[in-house]
Amino acid sequence: MLERQQVDHVARLARLELSDSEADTMAVELSKILDHIEAIRALDLEGVQPTSHVVDLVNALRADVPQRSLTPQQALAQAPEPTDAGFGVPSPGQGAE
Amino acid sequence: MGGGRGASVNAEVQYEPVIGLEIHVQLKTRTKMFCGCELSFGDPPNTHTCPRCLGLAGTLPVVNAQAVHYGIMIGLALGSQIAPRSQFHRKNYFYPDLPKGYQISQYDVPLCSGGQLGEVRIHRVHLEEDAAKLVHLGASGRIHGAQRSAVDFNRGGTPLAEIVTEPDLRSAEAAREWLSLLRTTLRAIGVSDVNMEEGSLRCDANVSVRPVGSSELGTKTELKNMNSFRFLAQGIRAEVERQSELLRAGQPVLQETLHFDPSSGRLTPLRSKEEAHDYRYFPEPDLVPLEATPEMIEAARAQLPELPSARAQRFAGALGLPAERARDLAFRSELADFFEAALAATPNGEPVALANWMQTLVERLEDGADPAGSLVSPAAFAQLVAMVSEKAISREAGREVLDMLVAQGGDPAAIVEREGLGAISADDGGLGDVVAAALASDPDAAEQVRAGNMKAMGPLVGYVMRETKGRADGAEINRLIRQQLGI
Amino acid sequence: MSQHLLELSAAQAVAAIRAGELDAAELFELYRSRAAADPLNAFTWVAEDAAVAAPAGAPLAGVPAAVKDLFCTEGVPSQSGSRILEGYRPPYTATVVAKLAKAGAPLLAKTNQDEFAMGSSNENSAYGPVLNPWDRARVPGGSSGGSAAAVAAGLAPWALGTDTGGSIRQPAAFCGIVGLKPTYGACSRYGMIAFASSLDQAGPLTRDVTDAALLLRHMVGRDQNDSTSLELPEEIRLPSRGDLKGVRLGVPQELTGTAGGIDPGVLASFEAALAQAQALGASVEPCTLPHAPHALSAYYIIAPAEASANLARFDGVRYGLRVAGDSDLDTMYSRTRAQGFGAEVKRRIMLGTYALSSGYYDAYYGTAQRVRTRISQDFQSAFAEVDFIVTPTAPTTAFELGAKSHDPLAMYLNDVCTVPMSLAGIPAISIPCGLSDGLPVGLQLAGPAFSENALLDAAYALEQALAFDGRSAWAGGGAPA
Ligand SMILES: [Mg+2]
Ligand SMILES: [Zn+2]
Repeated sequence: MLERQQVDHVARLARLELSDSEADTMAVELSKILDHIEAIRALDLEGVQPTSHVVDLVNALRADVPQRSLTPQQALAQAPEPTDAGFGVPSPGQGAE
Repeated sequence: MGGGRGASVNAEVQYEPVIGLEIHVQLKTRTKMFCGCELSFGDPPNTHTCPRCLGLAGTLPVVNAQAVHYGIMIGLALGSQIAPRSQFHRKNYFYPDLPKGYQISQYDVPLCSGGQLGEVRIHRVHLEEDAAKLVHLGASGRIHGAQRSAVDFNRGGTPLAEIVTEPDLRSAEAAREWLSLLRTTLRAIGVSDVNMEEGSLRCDANVSVRPVGSSELGTKTELKNMNSFRFLAQGIRAEVERQSELLRAGQPVLQETLHFDPSSGRLTPLRSKEEAHDYRYFPEPDLVPLEATPEMIEAARAQLPELPSARAQRFAGALGLPAERARDLAFRSELADFFEAALAATPNGEPVALANWMQTLVERLEDGADPAGSLVSPAAFAQLVAMVSEKAISREAGREVLDMLVAQGGDPAAIVEREGLGAISADDGGLGDVVAAALASDPDAAEQVRAGNMKAMGPLVGYVMRETKGRADGAEINRLIRQQLGI
Repeated sequence: MSQHLLELSAAQAVAAIRAGELDAAELFELYRSRAAADPLNAFTWVAEDAAVAAPAGAPLAGVPAAVKDLFCTEGVPSQSGSRILEGYRPPYTATVVAKLAKAGAPLLAKTNQDEFAMGSSNENSAYGPVLNPWDRARVPGGSSGGSAAAVAAGLAPWALGTDTGGSIRQPAAFCGIVGLKPTYGACSRYGMIAFASSLDQAGPLTRDVTDAALLLRHMVGRDQNDSTSLELPEEIRLPSRGDLKGVRLGVPQELTGTAGGIDPGVLASFEAALAQAQALGASVEPCTLPHAPHALSAYYIIAPAEASANLARFDGVRYGLRVAGDSDLDTMYSRTRAQGFGAEVKRRIMLGTYALSSGYYDAYYGTAQRVRTRISQDFQSAFAEVDFIVTPTAPTTAFELGAKSHDPLAMYLNDVCTVPMSLAGIPAISIPCGLSDGLPVGLQLAGPAFSENALLDAAYALEQALAFDGRSAWAGGGAPA
């Protein structure tokens, strides 16, 4: 069972504002899903390599050759807050990475 | 981790710093890490962006082969193991300068592991992408007092090599010196501009202290934003002092990240968010593993020049330079290159004399300037040094000629001829007369020298130098004074 | 004339245009006007003008394609069914869409879909649900429901979809058409708005197997822009096989019993199709995929985990919706995402974020990746014994709108037969194999990686024998009665 407090923590990590009732519902729904998923944790997977890619490819590299960039007008065409200096945002407080 | 240690108050304990560095190096590729936008510095905002580096929906990263090549070169230069197979991960966090909401970096299997440079062991070297630039705009008129910033994605996606050392440094000075060695090495292999002011070399420090003699590690703090060599040393010194005082006062050091403020020289803690470090790393599904093949490693090795530390050893060993002079030259490859070119231009060149004169040359050039970019050619420089060694001109005249070479270039022999700076010697008679005049002009000093007070030589030599306009050789004057005084 | 034109499959239309018997512009206009009427809410955008004429000799001759909304198309709304991308027009075009255009299949329309391809019913679209042309009270399946409904209803000659855990195959089954998910990597993902990167694959939704082969032929290939894309070992051929002599079909016990939740009507139709296959010369034998019952669990960790990162870019900074622009940064992020994403997307972001978060990674993500390895191994073992795996595509036929939308887990269970193939990255095709209570039933054939040609051949042989007639759905695509 997922605690409400965990739901709040995860919502903060994911930058999702949840209302009280949404968070409560989320706790119930996620718990139900996690209960279902739980079974795989009982499997014996000792020594099994994890699969992160199903294709057997390596080194898909690109030559260091410049491609044309967008103009600033194109780049900013759909920005919610275009400015001369770039994409406008509320200033982050301290605590940046 | 020993946050609770230091509980007993002891003002007598001496503390020793334990310092490790994390260095971000912008690689000097033509294009970004995962897209074809050209790297730029100082161009107008958002003139080097594309759907990929703006993180538009549906775009995918593609690894720049040259960045991998440079990464392997760095690993080889630092004596690291190159991983036969490494992987990129996503490091997830929200910030406006991070367009995808994650940074593509390497995590559990970096490109390079281990190694050593100078006295410091290398922990790892990995590849990642740089963040964009966030500019503070101040309060906007949109709403009263709302602080606005703007994101310029030109820098976003620049290839970075992150180099992490083991905590092997024991002082702020050592950290500064070691970083200088690293910079020299990276510059020599040509993978980066390594300019701290421009941000192509950035250094964070992990600092802890422990009682001298202890082998345990104390609680460390992470110091950020020390964007010059001076600030690096300053920041570390301040932090070592702060931690030592805390422990002496019986207070624990908190594990936190501190931001260095260059204007005040102070360290301020970054507000720590509880989730700030939950980066939820997982393998980047959009990129396939990186396999450094023997061919790739050989290609990187083939491009490595002689590394500065090896060069310094050769200068000291084979050429007989004093160790410090050898390092001064070797750690600035442009000086070492000029020095070697000058040495090659003189059949019987004296390395030690050339090295000494290199220092004089550096003093006469603008701070940090490459002598290859000056009007002095290595051959002219070598010729000048040879003329002094052969006593064709005096050391003082040599300095004058060097000034003229720096100012106008040209041929040293011609300058000596034109300016009449050729050495006056006893053989052509002139110098003996000047020495006699000096003794006559200051009989007091002459008497004292005769009586054994060599300090009294000064005014006599000075007289000769003035009279000959510096063309006489100091040792020769000395010899003549003694001769004429019969001592 | 137009009823006659509607009778032509896309491949037949291509042939007719190339033979000079049909005008491409006329065909385009027929479908354009049918799509514009859109009684099923299958489209989010329909071309207003005639297409630029296909280059002379272009292999697809100007027969237009409908394209799932999440394929970025330059200057055309590409919203992935989400409010957060409402009105977003990308400055570039997805590789497969560009390839089709170059081959002579211009863009007809963008099709409605579950938001960010998360769903099995198309009820998760911010632009309203798509209706099933066989019964408008029912869902078309998802997430490529708009593409499936459009093709089934004769509103588009053929369409592009994407499949992450069944999003092409299941709607194809629900709508009585053919849907193929290729081997992972066969089609470039560049320009597909990502759901789960290690699983997403583009594929065709078509009226018949021949159309699927023809469209797929022009979609596949290594793309410099997608590091995970690859060249198939051989060109996609048009299928021609008339029998199944010597073909060994394996029926995995784990996915086909009523115990596995397969509806009896679906099972009956499936078994009748297997009898047809045997009549064509195939052997049908039971096989086992021991970890298949755990595939859904692994999938519902891996896919949301990747999605949680893929959807982090929707932050109100560079494009798309922004809410609370004047408050502090974190509030701007959290409100933009809260208002921009629908309930199912939020649920999966939460699930994925949780599964990756500190202290839970190994228990969830690490475990799921190991289960994924086991599932691939199961398929490899099975393919040592049989040529293809056959299952019903979905455990039920199309269900009623709203029937499962309040029970996420019940909705997820719909993907039970399609998810294992996605995790293994192997190709699988769904073909209609009959009706149950008047609704289409899909049969899924899956083969080893890169077996597309053999898979298409087998599906074609079976398709000819089954002779499924989907024309009654065209009425569903007409004006509402
Ligand atoms: Mg880093
Ligand atoms: Zn770019």
